[in-house]
Amino acid sequence: MFFQQLINGIALGSTYALIALGYTMVYGIITLINFAHGEIYMVGAFVGLFATAVLKVNFFIAMLIAMLVCVLLGVFIERIAYRPLRKSSRLSALISAIGVSIFLSTLAQMLFGANAKGYPEGVFPVKQITIGSAEISTLQLLIIAISAILMIALEFIVHKTKIGKAMRATSEDYNTAALMGINVNMVISFTFALGSALAAAGGVLVGLLFNAVSFNMGLMAGLKAFAAAVLGGIGSIPGAMLGGLLLGVTEVAGVAIGFSSYRDAIAFAILVLVLLVKPTGLLGRKIQKKV
Amino acid sequence: MGDFLQQLVGYFNPYYLQIIVNIGIGIILALGLNVVTGLTGQLSLGHAAFMSIGAFTSALLTIKLGMPFSVNLILTGFITAGVAALIGLPILRLTGDYLAICTLGFAEIVKVVFLNLDITNRALGLTVPAANTTIPMPVVVWVVVLLTIICVTFIHNSRFGRALMAVRGDEIAAEAMGINVTLYKVQSFAIGAFIAGVGGGLYAHFMSYINPSDFGFLKSVDILSMIVLGGLGSITGSVIGAGILSAAPEFLRFMANYRMLVYGGLLVCMMIFRPNGLMGRISFADLVLRTLGRKPHLKTIMEQKIMESSRPGNGDT
Repeated sequence: MFFQQLINGIALGSTYALIALGYTMVYGIITLINFAHGEIYMVGAFVGLFATAVLKVNFFIAMLIAMLVCVLLGVFIERIAYRPLRKSSRLSALISAIGVSIFLSTLAQMLFGANAKGYPEGVFPVKQITIGSAEISTLQLLIIAISAILMIALEFIVHKTKIGKAMRATSEDYNTAALMGINVNMVISFTFALGSALAAAGGVLVGLLFNAVSFNMGLMAGLKAFAAAVLGGIGSIPGAMLGGLLLGVTEVAGVAIGFSSYRDAIAFAILVLVLLVKPTGLLGRKIQKKV
Repeated sequence: MGDFLQQLVGYFNPYYLQIIVNIGIGIILALGLNVVTGLTGQLSLGHAAFMSIGAFTSALLTIKLGMPFSVNLILTGFITAGVAALIGLPILRLTGDYLAICTLGFAEIVKVVFLNLDITNRALGLTVPAANTTIPMPVVVWVVVLLTIICVTFIHNSRFGRALMAVRGDEIAAEAMGINVTLYKVQSFAIGAFIAGVGGGLYAHFMSYINPSDFGFLKSVDILSMIVLGGLGSITGSVIGAGILSAAPEFLRFMANYRMLVYGGLLVCMMIFRPNGLMGRISFADLVLRTLGRKPHLKTIMEQKIMESSRPGNGDT
């Protein structure tokens, strides 16, 4: 029972983590809470659905298509809705992001209708594996594996490549990075591309896990992923992973011990409690103020 | 008096009355959030939670106690403010976006709790009986709007308001000047919640049906958009922003399904073309002085200077 719930929690948590990474990377570089990120995840789920149901492609190819489409979408959104606001107050950019979010979810509702849609049968052959008393589906294992691979790839990009170095420099100090000859605009676009790709992968995986894709799935998932990012310490990449997993596991545990009607509140209650003890999240850097 | 007003209101088209009341309630909520976010600089993404608490408190006071509406609204305001002070005391120690997400989390928790309580009738929502007053709702709402504008103007120009602005400008400097930062933040939070609670009470009795899901994240965002659109910290701006955004869904109604699409696009465009809001920090009086060719108040100029220097990207952020 415990092991079973743990696996359920990790599977759910790794999808939160995939979305949370996008929030945290964007925040780390331009201190913007990108509220449209949840909608990118929703678009990813729809593109994956379209690719498997209409184009009849293999599941993995569908996921790649979804990631590609969302990369383009994410970069495009940054270009038209955030870049003009980079020098103005942060709240303006926040409202702009919320505008994009409302726009995308309404568009999805118009295009695909208000009802939730499921992935076609047999996109991914689900088998149950019994380990001890726990029944684990191959789908859960797939989700955990893909999330792990993507996160390792991300760590590699951020720490071992030149563009990753530029990203870290920009998040350290925007102006100095620009003075050092880093093409800051390119770095920001790249960050949005990375985050959107991860969100799209998360969308396809969640769509498959719950077998439901709907226009409003981005809102709550986005808020919870954002909570996960803050829980881990916003701006910190390992923090987002940790926060996502922690929220997933506690949410599943809360439902298992009988708080299922409070499901959506559990994540936020944990967040508020942790922030009261550690005001900058679990792995967040201390805010230093110069006087 | 009541009969006369009823008759007077009866002359108006009910549809327009509804829009007018919606605008009024929007203005009340925006002014409340403006105290917290505009004046004190604390970003709150959960203002709808206080509206929700106010709406349910006020509805229950009418249902269970049949209280006169004026007493009801005042009591509702104080209860909401009390809740806000209790919540605010621990969470207002957080800063910036950590505070924002905490308020968001608090709002979600309030929503889920109300969805699960028997007294709020769970997910079915409450049907609210007519308010216990002879004065018609549109008049009540607009009287409250005027009272709120007057109170908030007094706050802006008082010693208390200047302390809040000092907190917004720089917390450390404010503390060095002997301002008890946490106390002032909690007080401004409670005032914002008081106003939101009263707004929620009016909303509950005007709509005569409330559901916890009505006061979700999108409602908080709605209110925040109003004050950012109008210009943070400006009372005139809040009123104009609330007016535009409360009326916008009605004026966009002819587009039917495209309504929210346009609304989303509109938010983005407005921010891109007026990033500091329609009014910035200009007050109505300054606007009149400017058109007459006089210089605006020194205070306004100073505030704009502070505003410019506190933007990210300029200076040592």
